[in-house]
Amino acid sequence: MNWSEFFAMGGYAFYVWSAWGLTAVVLAYLFTQAKLRNAKIKAQILRQIERESLVDHSARATNKESGNS
Amino acid sequence: MNLINAFFSSIWGFLNRSFHRLGSPREFFKISNYATPIFGLLFTVLTGYGAYLGLFVAPADYQQGDSYRIIFVHVPSAWLSLFIYMVMATASAIGLIWRMKMAFVVAICSAPIGAAFTFLALVTGSLWGAPIWGTWWEWDARLTSELILLFVYWGIMAVYYAFDERQTAERAMALLAIVGVVIVPIIHYSVEWWSSLHQGATVFRDGGPAMPASMLTPLLLMALGFTFFYGYVLFLRARNMVLDQERKSRWVRELVKSSRATGEAQ
Repeated sequence: MNWSEFFAMGGYAFYVWSAWGLTAVVLAYLFTQAKLRNAKIKAQILRQIERESLVDHSARATNKESGNS
Repeated sequence: MNLINAFFSSIWGFLNRSFHRLGSPREFFKISNYATPIFGLLFTVLTGYGAYLGLFVAPADYQQGDSYRIIFVHVPSAWLSLFIYMVMATASAIGLIWRMKMAFVVAICSAPIGAAFTFLALVTGSLWGAPIWGTWWEWDARLTSELILLFVYWGIMAVYYAFDERQTAERAMALLAIVGVVIVPIIHYSVEWWSSLHQGATVFRDGGPAMPASMLTPLLLMALGFTFFYGYVLFLRARNMVLDQERKSRWVRELVKSSRATGEAQ
């Protein structure tokens, strides 16, 4: 098979490759967007957990100092 | 008689249990752990093989030459734009009737995917129309109704994000999705009801598909592959939404902590 003939698509190269290329781009975008969002949510939740554990520790420390625990 | 009764009640019990399992965000998450990679794999294999057959193996059309190869992305996108709408409207109805959380999640997560496939159907159709019809766009029934479908998808997304309160947003969105379902038969029958530049049905028509197997096989493979892609991205998005909504719950926190420890992507 001749590759330049294949890419020429019988003179319809622009139309065929634009349609296929755009489809690939949109599908890749949907996939990437979902993956990035997943990483973002997980980072947010982790930060929240860390923040709460910090608050928890400092609260316990304060309680010890004042002799309330 | 008793046996038949027992048989049906056990089937009913099984359906009931699976329904409730799927309805719980935590159970959904567990099931999607297995389903998501399977859908991703099926998409890759089917679409990969379909694209190979469509671009390399299928012969050129005797009238349209190689330009017809746009069909392999155009028709699956157009089918998906309608199929996703039906899933979204069905899930919306289930959510409203049975107050099922996960049904709303499926409906909302479907909308942007459906909009993306509608957009693709319109643009790839335009790219096909330009050389073959001699025009990029025509205000005819099929094209206009498909464009309206895109606006309906956008409207549904806008309504959902317009409300701060989650339950209100879910119900408003579901109601609009159910009302908007009238567009689906209009699009499907538009080429029969009105005279249109667009051709009639080629695959689902009386007397079977008007297409040789060398062209039909890649088309069906691509369509099936795109369907699994929809399922795949739907699972990814629904998992994100569940994580977001249940972020205060213990199981989500444990899961996020353990996924950091193992360096797992999901």
